[in-house]
Amino acid sequence: MHHHEGTPAFGVKEMLFQLRHFLPSQAPLKDFIHHNTLHAFQHLPFFQALKQAEEQFGFQGYLALEDYRTLYREGKIKGNILKRVLDEHFDVHANTWLVKMLDESTEDVIVPRLGKLRSHWRQDYHFNVDKVTHPFLFRLLSAYLDQGISIWPFPISSEGFFDAIRSLHFQSYSSILTSKRAIGLLEKKDLEVEELLEILVGHKESYGWYLIDQQFAHPGWSGMVSVLEDQPESLLDQKKITFEDWVKVECLLEIDALDKKFGTNWSPLGVQFPHFSKDFFSNCVLEEPDLVRQCWQEAFEWSYYDEVLSGITMVNPPAKAQKNIPSFQAIFCIDDRECSTRRHLELVDSNCATFGTPGFFNVEFYFQPEFGKFYTKSCPAPVTPKFLIKETASFKKLSKDAHFHQNSHSLIRGWLSAQTLGFWSAIKLIGNVLRPSSSALEVSSLLHMDPKGSLSIVYQGKEEHGLQIGFKVEEMADRVEGLLRSIGLISGFSPLVYLIGHGASSINNTHYAGYDCGACCGRPGSVNARVAAFMANHPEVRQLLLQRGITIPEDTQFLGGLHDTTKDELVFYDEEGLLDANRIRHEQNLPKFAKVLDINSLERSRRFATMDKNKPLSGLHQAVRKRAFSLFEPRPEYNHATNALCMVSRRDSLKGLFFDRRAFLNSYDYRTDPEGKALIKILSAAIPVCGGINLEYYFSRMDPNKLGAGTKLPHNVMGLIGVANGADGDLRTGLPYQMVEIHDPIRLLMVVEQNPKVVETVLRSNPALYEWIKNYWVHLVVIEPETRQILRFKEEQWVPYQPLTTIEHLDHLQDKLLSSQQNLPVYLIDSL
Amino acid sequence: MELSDWIQLMIGIPLVGFLLSLLVPESLEKWLSRIAFYTAGINLLSTLVFLVFWINQGGISLNLKEIVLFKNEHFEFLIDFYFDRVGAVYLVVGAILTFLVTFYSRYYLHREPGYKRFFNTVLFFYLGYNLTILAGNFETLFIGWEVLGLSSFLLVAFYRENLLPSRNSIKVFSIYRIGDVGLILAMWASHHLWHENVTFMVFSNSELVQDHLVQQGGLAFFVALMLLLAASAKSAQFPFSSWLPRAMEGPTPSSAIFYGSLSVHLGVFLLLRTYPFWENQVLVRFLIGGVGLLTAVLSTLIARVQTSVKTQIGYASLTQIGIMFIEIAAGFELLALIHFAGNAFLRTYQLLVSPSVVSYLIREQFYGFEPKAKSNSTTVQQRLFLSLYVWSLKEWNLDRFINRVVFFPLKRLGHNLDFLTYKTVLIYFVPSYLLGLYLLVTGYALPPSVHQALPLVFAFFALLMVLKSFTERKSTRLAWVMLVMNHLWMVLAIAENENFSTPEIVIYLSGIALFGSLGWVICTWMNTKLGQQGLVDYQGYVKKHPLVGFLFLLCVLGLIGFPISPTFIGEDLLFSHIHKDQYLLAFLAALAFVMEGIAAIRIYARLFLGSPPTQIYVHEVKSIL
Repeated sequence: MHHHEGTPAFGVKEMLFQLRHFLPSQAPLKDFIHHNTLHAFQHLPFFQALKQAEEQFGFQGYLALEDYRTLYREGKIKGNILKRVLDEHFDVHANTWLVKMLDESTEDVIVPRLGKLRSHWRQDYHFNVDKVTHPFLFRLLSAYLDQGISIWPFPISSEGFFDAIRSLHFQSYSSILTSKRAIGLLEKKDLEVEELLEILVGHKESYGWYLIDQQFAHPGWSGMVSVLEDQPESLLDQKKITFEDWVKVECLLEIDALDKKFGTNWSPLGVQFPHFSKDFFSNCVLEEPDLVRQCWQEAFEWSYYDEVLSGITMVNPPAKAQKNIPSFQAIFCIDDRECSTRRHLELVDSNCATFGTPGFFNVEFYFQPEFGKFYTKSCPAPVTPKFLIKETASFKKLSKDAHFHQNSHSLIRGWLSAQTLGFWSAIKLIGNVLRPSSSALEVSSLLHMDPKGSLSIVYQGKEEHGLQIGFKVEEMADRVEGLLRSIGLISGFSPLVYLIGHGASSINNTHYAGYDCGACCGRPGSVNARVAAFMANHPEVRQLLLQRGITIPEDTQFLGGLHDTTKDELVFYDEEGLLDANRIRHEQNLPKFAKVLDINSLERSRRFATMDKNKPLSGLHQAVRKRAFSLFEPRPEYNHATNALCMVSRRDSLKGLFFDRRAFLNSYDYRTDPEGKALIKILSAAIPVCGGINLEYYFSRMDPNKLGAGTKLPHNVMGLIGVANGADGDLRTGLPYQMVEIHDPIRLLMVVEQNPKVVETVLRSNPALYEWIKNYWVHLVVIEPETRQILRFKEEQWVPYQPLTTIEHLDHLQDKLLSSQQNLPVYLIDSL
Repeated sequence: MELSDWIQLMIGIPLVGFLLSLLVPESLEKWLSRIAFYTAGINLLSTLVFLVFWINQGGISLNLKEIVLFKNEHFEFLIDFYFDRVGAVYLVVGAILTFLVTFYSRYYLHREPGYKRFFNTVLFFYLGYNLTILAGNFETLFIGWEVLGLSSFLLVAFYRENLLPSRNSIKVFSIYRIGDVGLILAMWASHHLWHENVTFMVFSNSELVQDHLVQQGGLAFFVALMLLLAASAKSAQFPFSSWLPRAMEGPTPSSAIFYGSLSVHLGVFLLLRTYPFWENQVLVRFLIGGVGLLTAVLSTLIARVQTSVKTQIGYASLTQIGIMFIEIAAGFELLALIHFAGNAFLRTYQLLVSPSVVSYLIREQFYGFEPKAKSNSTTVQQRLFLSLYVWSLKEWNLDRFINRVVFFPLKRLGHNLDFLTYKTVLIYFVPSYLLGLYLLVTGYALPPSVHQALPLVFAFFALLMVLKSFTERKSTRLAWVMLVMNHLWMVLAIAENENFSTPEIVIYLSGIALFGSLGWVICTWMNTKLGQQGLVDYQGYVKKHPLVGFLFLLCVLGLIGFPISPTFIGEDLLFSHIHKDQYLLAFLAALAFVMEGIAAIRIYARLFLGSPPTQIYVHEVKSIL
């Protein structure tokens, strides 16, 4: 992965490979998955990475100094924490640095290296190459990749992008290129990028720098090409494209433009202005402004972490497992949005028990809904399942909206449309603006699967496209066992165990996939919940589990469900399979769930500034629900915003702690896993997934223009694969500003309740995982189970940590809930 | 109260709303949106009530003579309103859509930096829209027309720190400005045609129109041609189509209301409004229909290859507007009106729901995907089809065409003055201008042929001044000073042409003096205090100096004869002194007028819009805390 370390790559092919690593790796919109935006720098310690990213590419990884100072004045960065950070870094010089941090204002202007070589076109050749080439280049690519916006699809079938452009040029009366030399090059059978760079740059040592400048002038489109080269399957209408082809076309367009402007007699850029590619990647030294900002950032982060850790030291969990059986057990997704749902559920019914685990419930497969022409992956993105689950359902009506029909864009039918549909659209618009309601435009988590349909869960001896349809009994047992052991639920089963996946609903939202379950590859978790529940209920599976030491009582039943996190609605699947006694229990639970959902929507509503809160609870919930249908609502929900924590522990160790929807909660019982076998599975999923989510929010918030997608209001959908600003822009990657505006950009704090030695062994066994921790892309602390001491992993060692903050004890959470739109501190709470 | 007095309400409500919205500070989001909401709401309500009365009284055309802004023996500038069926449809559609979009934007723009600016501009736009559609004469219509142009510019450049919105806003403004020439020349010619400030009411007197047509066919044809130019530019018809997709840079609701629906249909309105005037000129009708047909065909082809949802809707809308031109040319006024309303609603809706297209079409694709057959045959049909595809992808080079035909030659002319610098400009200018003045005073001694050429020569000098300003890159102040000089030369040219009386000159130059010198002060201040230099890049000063930016915008507007400056009337006065057979002089004056606007707004954009080249300021406060 780290080809950019040490000496720079030599050949152009290697250079392109290296360059691709730095480009945004964001898949088309429908497969949006959160990931660390600066993944290319992950081999470096976090702050060194921010420095390199800033100096090389101009990415911002900090808040502005003034912003930190404001946070300090508002008390969000705590004085004692700041002092401790400075003491740790500077020891006796801490006070000098404190002065620098608070008062000194230096006008530090950093001019990044990116663009320095290619800017000479403009400055010295007085020619704006980008202005001439970009719009047409983007149009060509967008036309080639388009998934269904244009009425005329790309008219040529080809071996790749370059080939397609060549055919388009030579098989039509029109022309893509006009200069004789460029056309000659286009015609050449085995044209190499190197040949083109020789004309453009001329100076071998500058090729790399030129390519970086060129490709990072439009990182969005380049990144898309790079992703599609690796994962062509993320387009339903697949297109062959390689990054090399794309670079070739761009270089040709540049040569063409330059030839047209100057004739063939211009001297290559690198000859005139030699820049050495190796200088671009050379290391950067941390300087004073970097240290100042680093200390601010650390103080910002630990100001919150300290509250959390202080809270944890105040909880005294029982050391031994409790004997009494909970009224019911509910397993939710690890997702931070379920943090509050679980808290409310436990407060509404203090006898229930809740668990958290990645929301694919340890069953990985492709799902094909009835009438669907494709498979969708239903498990974390890096996993490649071997199984297929097919849905058999009665006719599922695909609701339509004639306004999207391409007829309205043509000449004659458009004329009819305007006279008829036009007036209908006025009525629809008035309708939605005044009374938002469900429509064909909506993305609804509940429509992902037909609850009345049946799923091919049991293997019947059939395969399709190399995938096994359904699971064999043993395969089912493996998955159920894995799930239960991982969360430590291997005895004391309640009669009802809920498996509750989650999904989201929204309208007018191009980033809808980012709102669904990340553990299900950006889809709702309904199918997984239903499949896992089926497996756990399967008598033969139970038999096998018994042999493996997990006894599930016969009258215990698992029930799948889906929580819609936008509308705060909950549905259950296969309820008709419940035993009578369980049915009664389930019916008694339903009002509890209803209450939880109401209160949950109340808690969420405190962040919605435009909402009128002066309503009864049911009215508030209704208003929250409406956000999912309102065309004009760019914030149907806040998704993962404000996430900051990931807890891998027993629920008892966190009992009564209020984390304000900021924590990913993964259940784990160190007592059932002395060797850390379950822990390694948990951490290898939780660190990259939660860390990736956290860092994407972090960077989109820190640099909304370059690392985030900017405001979503002017976004224009391109080819159904991405969004751009306006007509001719680059694709925007990262998260829209509306998703991150309330997010406090701090790294993730991982808290693991386990013996530090076990945790360290587990981490070191997986180098990729260890890199996250070692380089501080994620902070790690453990709760030593015996002594309850908190240890922080710092400079590859365990260091004891003493919290400084004392946290407040609240009798009733609801007193605080609507008091502020800001993040709330950690509280110890007794009741709703 | 007379029914016609109600018309004032339709202007008054948006005006009051706009002014109020200027007073509310940015932090009071709720009040801003409330003002916009009530302005649009009350106006919609009063429109509907008014319509009931109007229809009750038979739906006759109404005329309301408002105020005379200027009057002397040969010229009168009056504000006049007119209301008929065409105005009624436009008024209602505009009121409904503005109401919906303001309601929508209340939530949609929540927390967006520039919330206030957005609602200010939308209300300003709405004012301009109502002024235009209720105007009773060309002068009033022109005021509205200018307001629309400016608010469009401001909304395209809403994200003013980004490069593309800044660049495209100038593009839109430039094309609008070309359209303005059409209107100015139409006003000039119709002045000579009717010998008065004609109201649209007069057009309904078909005998009178017929009379004038017969008498002065050439002039009437010219007026119609210029109206077509203005309408084509505003409605993005051939060959001006390429600005429309590039205008979609602002927040989606503003794109929807401006470029999807209201703004882009105003060319259609202008044709409907002046229909009685040109209906008997067959050639004009063919031309209008031809432009419409050409646009409809080209833009439906372009729409077919668009891969971005907003540009596709834009071109689809243009296709329909092209058809509306045909309908009007064919005399189907009512059909065109229905077509307008339907198209406006449809495109607004399509644009507003455009983000939903991703999930919707992907779902459709997921359930109904059929791989499309592609042929690799090399038959002539296939070749033709591929060519159509590529040409459409290139938008038939319309953008380049306008640049080649209009702007490149002008730039080349401007570059002839490259030897001028800020320091030396007075050396050239003062003696030549004094010589000009001298010739004016003693000019009667010159041979008549030379004398006749003088206005042309001076007007050409004026144009050169503008073009120099347009191409100037090194010195901001030079560019600004050249713009002022343009006006001085132009005054000289007209004074040479006919007796341009002192009060008239004062009116004309008072605005120039005020705004010109204030603008110069700002340029100088920026140069000395901020180290501002040159006009090569977009420099984004508005971020740190928003107030200066606003003041400078006012200067630009004053200088280019926007209706906040007496120069606005002055321009009209100036044209009234160009004789009806002096097409060349009128053309030069009009060209100077257009380019003045473009050059001035370009200076503003280069100085204040965009952002400085990539630099990171460690200390800069991010707005989103």
